[in-house]
Amino acid sequence: MNYFVELFFSGLTRGSIYALIALGYTMVYGIIGLINFAHGEIYMIGAFTAFIVASVLSIYGFPLLAIVILSGFAAAVWASAYGYTVEKLAYKPLRNASRLSPLISAIGMSILLQNYVLLAQTSDFLAFPQLIPDFPFMDRYADVLGSSDLVILVTTAIAMIVLTILIKYTRIGKAMRATAQDTTMAMLVGINVNRIISITFIIGSALAAIGGLLIASHIGQINFYIGFIAGIKAFTAAVLGGIGSIPGAVLGSFVLGLTESFATGYVSSDYEDVFAFSLLVLILIFKPSGLLGKSETKKV
Amino acid sequence: MTMATSFIKEINRSFLISLWFVFLTFPIMVIKVDSIEKTIQWRWWNMLYVALASFILSLLARWIKIWKQTRASTNDEDHGLGLEALIHSIIDDPRKRNVLALVVLAFALVFPFSFSSYQTVIMITALMYVVLGLGLNIVVGLAGLLDLGYVAFYAVGAYTYALLNYNFHIGFWVALPIGGLLAASFGILLGFPVLRLRGDYLAIVTLGFGEIIRLILENWGKFSHGPSGISNIPRPGLFGIHLSLDNAINYIYYIMIAFVIITIFIVNRLQDSRLGRAWIALREDEIACQAMGIDKRKTKLTAFALGAFWAGIMGVVFAAKETFINPASFTFLESAIILSIVVLGGMGSIIGVILGALVLILMPEYLRFLSQYRMFAFGAILVLMMVFRPQGLIANVRRTYKFEKKEEKRV
Repeated sequence: MNYFVELFFSGLTRGSIYALIALGYTMVYGIIGLINFAHGEIYMIGAFTAFIVASVLSIYGFPLLAIVILSGFAAAVWASAYGYTVEKLAYKPLRNASRLSPLISAIGMSILLQNYVLLAQTSDFLAFPQLIPDFPFMDRYADVLGSSDLVILVTTAIAMIVLTILIKYTRIGKAMRATAQDTTMAMLVGINVNRIISITFIIGSALAAIGGLLIASHIGQINFYIGFIAGIKAFTAAVLGGIGSIPGAVLGSFVLGLTESFATGYVSSDYEDVFAFSLLVLILIFKPSGLLGKSETKKV
Repeated sequence: MTMATSFIKEINRSFLISLWFVFLTFPIMVIKVDSIEKTIQWRWWNMLYVALASFILSLLARWIKIWKQTRASTNDEDHGLGLEALIHSIIDDPRKRNVLALVVLAFALVFPFSFSSYQTVIMITALMYVVLGLGLNIVVGLAGLLDLGYVAFYAVGAYTYALLNYNFHIGFWVALPIGGLLAASFGILLGFPVLRLRGDYLAIVTLGFGEIIRLILENWGKFSHGPSGISNIPRPGLFGIHLSLDNAINYIYYIMIAFVIITIFIVNRLQDSRLGRAWIALREDEIACQAMGIDKRKTKLTAFALGAFWAGIMGVVFAAKETFINPASFTFLESAIILSIVVLGGMGSIIGVILGALVLILMPEYLRFLSQYRMFAFGAILVLMMVFRPQGLIANVRRTYKFEKKEEKRV
């Protein structure tokens, strides 16, 4: 029973991280209909920035709380800056091109960013400092739920609530929803669509960076390649929930996280990634619109 | 006066852009931490490089944009680079084309005798990528289906030969068609479920498929010998004659030349066939294409199967050439390289793909000191080509009927 609960919580933790990344995919897809292939790399860059800032601060002897806050802030700022720049460089000039062009451009951007970090930093695995301490009150539950799992769950929940409020009740959120519904119409009622697209990229990137910081501190190591697998899995989660739908992305992430956790726990850990990819292929074959997505009919 | 002010404006703009990039790349380019030794390395020189590079590149990009606009407004007729116009004039004129083809063929045939076997091995690799590029060109360039898991079929071919040889001692020439057909059937296997998917979903599913194949090869040790791979795969046989290493390499080289010629011939014929035109129609507009009575299912499946067939054949050749294979040779990056070849050369254009493969494979070999920037450059090429020249180096020119008015004779 304990094993089951442990797997359940570890699935929720995985799911939370996937959710933080998947939101970026689904929001961008909802607005410009593009699979932002480079999103996984933004997450990786967030983790690297957090690593660099946290290491520098800890060498200079800052207290732990200050390190956590500053490195989280730096990760979010720089990841957003990268997300913004990538959009301006690689996607904006292709807004009216055929469907294939922005996708190829996105793949190129993903390879470019990976190798940029590889060249500028290192190809080795780097030991990420443990930013989240073991809380004494968690000792009783330590065998099923670690402190960092708890922090990840809570942070994700807070991020979701903030995002929901932002999208439902603010002017920017309203403009984002309008742009997602109909770009031309949004332009006609005076919404600066380019700005909304930039904001979407910035929000998505910041969420991914927070995910990167949390998972890096949880696992304890990072590498320039982590964005690729995480990106594909988060994309799987977004498709599972119905791409373009924000609650769908969260639901899909938890389903994927739990599936992976139980599959590796009870079947075999060698095929961890195979489960995720097979799930992706199966969903796309049987229900391409996902769990909560609207099925679209293509009109001439 | 206006020239000067606009020039200052451009400089100003580029300066701001370079400031932005300095900020953007600051943590990753400048700081390098060793968290075990607890030392920080500040690389301020990198900051200067970033500033200079982004300043110059932004000016250059701006200049290209203006140049393109003025050219588009002044001269509509003349499009394409000078080189491209030259190549098209050669392709269009059958006499020039035949002469060029003969020259290239003659050079290719004497190549192994005039260069060292090291050069020949590199050339074999380049030729393999030519065929792979042409195979992927069927799927991506002609049928417009973005396949990111192309390397999976390559792996199927390579493992077919390796395993058949390991278990049943089957030779290269028997394994060759088996590898190709098996890869083609994998193509159909993948094609069936994804037929209904739109372009971008298709890309992800094929990517997932490619990864699944690689992960299975890596983890199913009993079947595929896992990450350690299979070694001692024999090179192609020549009626049982024992060849020295140099001769074996030359032999593979000539096999590859033959493959390239056959592939060019077949792809060229396919392009103008009923099937090829159906692919192009499907790429342009699926619904209109179905309305014209083209069977979407069959057309897409043949594209997948034919593309996969070539990858499978090349997989067999790869296994025979390297005599050792393991799953690490079949990562996503390999798919990305082949895709870069097709995109750089020009989607759908045969000459373009050949040129793209030669440039992308030979250049890093001869510019060894730049080899660590290779993948970085591939990524940049994909982005830059899409932004500045989506049709590729040598754009594919569709056959068009031209009506030329006969000049009336003046009396």
